[in-house]
Amino acid sequence: MSAVVASAARPRPRPGKSIFRHHVVRAVISIAVFLVLWELGSRLKAPWVGDVPPPTVVMNTWLPLLTDQGYWYSWYQSSRRVLSGFLAAMLIGIPFGLAMATSRVFNDVTFPVFEILRPVPPLAWVPAAIIFWPTQELSIGFVIFLGAIFTIMLNVIGGARSIDVRFFQAARSMGSSNFDIFRRIILPGVLPSIVVGCEVGIGITWNVVVAAEMISGGGGAIQSSAGGGLGFFIWNSYIGFSYPHIVVGMISIGIAGYISSAIIRQLGLMVTPWMRLR
Amino acid sequence: MNAPSSMRSAPAGQHASKGAIRIQNVDKMYYAREGAVQAVSDCSLDIRAGEICMIVGPSGCGKTTLLNAIAGFHDITGGTISLDGELLCGPEKPKAEPGPDRVVVFQNGALFPWKTNLENVAFGPVMQGKMTWAQAREKARGMMADAGLVGVEHNYPGEVSSGMRRRVEIVRALMNDPKVLLLDEPFRALDSLTKSVMHEALLEIYYKNKVTIFFITHDLEEAIFLGHRVAIMTTRPCKPKKILEVDIPHPRNYSVLTSPRFRELMEETVNAVHEEAVKAFEAGEKEM
Amino acid sequence: MANGKQATSAGEIGAWDIFTYRFSKWLRSPTPYRMFVGFALFFGAWFLLSEVFRVWRFASLPGPRQVLTEWLNPNPVYGMSLYTPEYYTHVWMSLRRVLIAFVIATGLGVPYGLFLGWSRNFREFTFPVFETLRPIPVLAWVPLAIVMFRGDETPVIFLTTLASFYATALNTMLGVQSIDEAYPRAAACLGASKWQIFRHIIIPGALPFIFTGLQISVGVAWFSLVAAEMVSGEYGLGYLINTSYVNVQYPVIIIGMISVGVVGYVSSALVRFAGDYLMQWRVRELALGGGR
Repeated sequence: MSAVVASAARPRPRPGKSIFRHHVVRAVISIAVFLVLWELGSRLKAPWVGDVPPPTVVMNTWLPLLTDQGYWYSWYQSSRRVLSGFLAAMLIGIPFGLAMATSRVFNDVTFPVFEILRPVPPLAWVPAAIIFWPTQELSIGFVIFLGAIFTIMLNVIGGARSIDVRFFQAARSMGSSNFDIFRRIILPGVLPSIVVGCEVGIGITWNVVVAAEMISGGGGAIQSSAGGGLGFFIWNSYIGFSYPHIVVGMISIGIAGYISSAIIRQLGLMVTPWMRLR
Repeated sequence: MNAPSSMRSAPAGQHASKGAIRIQNVDKMYYAREGAVQAVSDCSLDIRAGEICMIVGPSGCGKTTLLNAIAGFHDITGGTISLDGELLCGPEKPKAEPGPDRVVVFQNGALFPWKTNLENVAFGPVMQGKMTWAQAREKARGMMADAGLVGVEHNYPGEVSSGMRRRVEIVRALMNDPKVLLLDEPFRALDSLTKSVMHEALLEIYYKNKVTIFFITHDLEEAIFLGHRVAIMTTRPCKPKKILEVDIPHPRNYSVLTSPRFRELMEETVNAVHEEAVKAFEAGEKEM
Repeated sequence: MANGKQATSAGEIGAWDIFTYRFSKWLRSPTPYRMFVGFALFFGAWFLLSEVFRVWRFASLPGPRQVLTEWLNPNPVYGMSLYTPEYYTHVWMSLRRVLIAFVIATGLGVPYGLFLGWSRNFREFTFPVFETLRPIPVLAWVPLAIVMFRGDETPVIFLTTLASFYATALNTMLGVQSIDEAYPRAAACLGASKWQIFRHIIIPGALPFIFTGLQISVGVAWFSLVAAEMVSGEYGLGYLINTSYVNVQYPVIIIGMISVGVVGYVSSALVRFAGDYLMQWRVRELALGGGR
């Protein structure tokens, strides 16, 4: 609701209006301006920005990497971790969340424990995870799992609770069994919230993966050569003073994160076609 | 502008000279997801100053679009609308400026939930710079008392009943001495008992203030009970199909509802509206 | 409802009465006892697995009794307990960083979000850059932040601020966009100018979403802070957790984790209380079962 008293929807600007009114054109302009400012700030040694490699240098560093196998292998490793951690979180989180939403007893017993564990940031679990799990991959996986699961569960519970009670009443009056209600009312009703939870959760997951990979590359809790991934790539570049590579790594992760969010959103729309009309 | 009370029995429009709306050949087309929709087409209507003009028609036919155009929330794609001879919107100026001369009372209520009832009512004059908050609050208290709203000044809208909220909203509008009151199905969400009380309250307010009232409704009984004239609109695109003069004299009260003249008018109206309602139903139009 | 201490006028029930009523009702329901069962199961399992039966890998984990005795020990083995000043130094350092980051992020994020929601021009020109930078996980900025902002404190605060800023700005924008268009229209009818509408309608109208955003922002701030502290900087709870692992002081790890959880939870609750206080109208409306 931009203009206070906006008129009805206008999918494209009316003929005769300036091309600068079109939102795609504006987006391109603003990003171009951003890049120019970055380039200038970098070259002219402005405070802070001056230490960042300019976009032109970053691009030059990036292009040869596009054919480097090691680079794409990092992509694969990070994505693999994100995917497996995220799937595990969904496999456990969704049923748990549904149980908490449907059974009062289960909720009363488990929700308080859930609530005291939730404020602990996932990365704070890293050392405990390393002590506990036999391999490093498992520890990273566990931390990723924790990162995503709280969000997913919260959204599932919220979604299940917000299903209009009249749907249940309608179903019961038509003679549905408990299982039917679960399958046809609760599951579809909860799906939009699950999708939202996943969209938020994937962002958290990427954060955790990147951090875990950086920590495994840097000093501190995880000391090991096994690791790799885009987070490790960034940290390594930092240690090796190749600053343009840092930025390349950041952009790569941004792209990877964006793609995964887009995939989730698409899958979400496929699974909840009725939401498209909103 | 406020006609003296001795004028109550005179037919509306004869003495009050402010608030006459002239809608001439108005078109409104807008672009929705499905394509271009003609909401209003070649619609002409004259609303006399000081009268209660009821706009009746099937849901989704474009009545609200007309109201929005008068209020200045939408533009029009053809024709003109003028208020007391002054152009509100037309070919040179497709969108009117919203203003305190044509205040809207919204369908679902638009009292600001974060301000108390008193602050809501006092809002208009303070925003226009005509009064300070203290002065406005004084006047607001008086006007609310006139409308039978005592004791709720310091409550938030969310704490009082919906009937009361409607009344507060109407008083909020009247604080600004508007020429026209634009009511968009204001009593739609109320149950019929509250509604009947609201009707009498509205009429009482009208008798004291004599504003022009442009009232959209789909309740035919309400339309005939309140209005001087009832304009029956066609389905989309919207256009007056028939205009009824309700010659039952004001002031009116609820005994009017069972009078024979009332029943005759109901019959005429029902016949005219039903046809349009069936058309709208079959077209499966989604309400705009 | 005899404790009418805070009843504001005859017949009105005060907040204290509502609280005592709800609390006694809660005590009489099965809920608190189930909660007790839940905690008992959790801590019991942890205790039995790590300290009593020493099952598999649990043996290396410190158990709740170990952690608790250390934490409440006036003379702790590893030097970190509720009685040692070093503990509070770490807590304060983390808290201070979150506070600074939160204040900056809110001061920048709320106005930015308000304008994003309010002006289409502004949004179309600035939001694309925001949205392009947002997919980059905040923690991916760590090395660049260290390069850009020398020193120990600034990178950590920058990262935390960035994370909070995203959450605040986004939720504020959503808040503005969620305002029913009837409100600004009504205000326009009543003669309000654009700026008056912004001040009297947009800002209060967006407040619920703004406060949701602020709660998220606090949570996100702690998330980023702990991670940043584990990688760089000195002092702070993240740093404490990391170094106690390296120095094989395992119970301190758990102490650190619990401390972060508690402080994080309290800060989030404070934001929520502030929101409830500023939005009295909403609290009352919700208590009466929703408005409109």
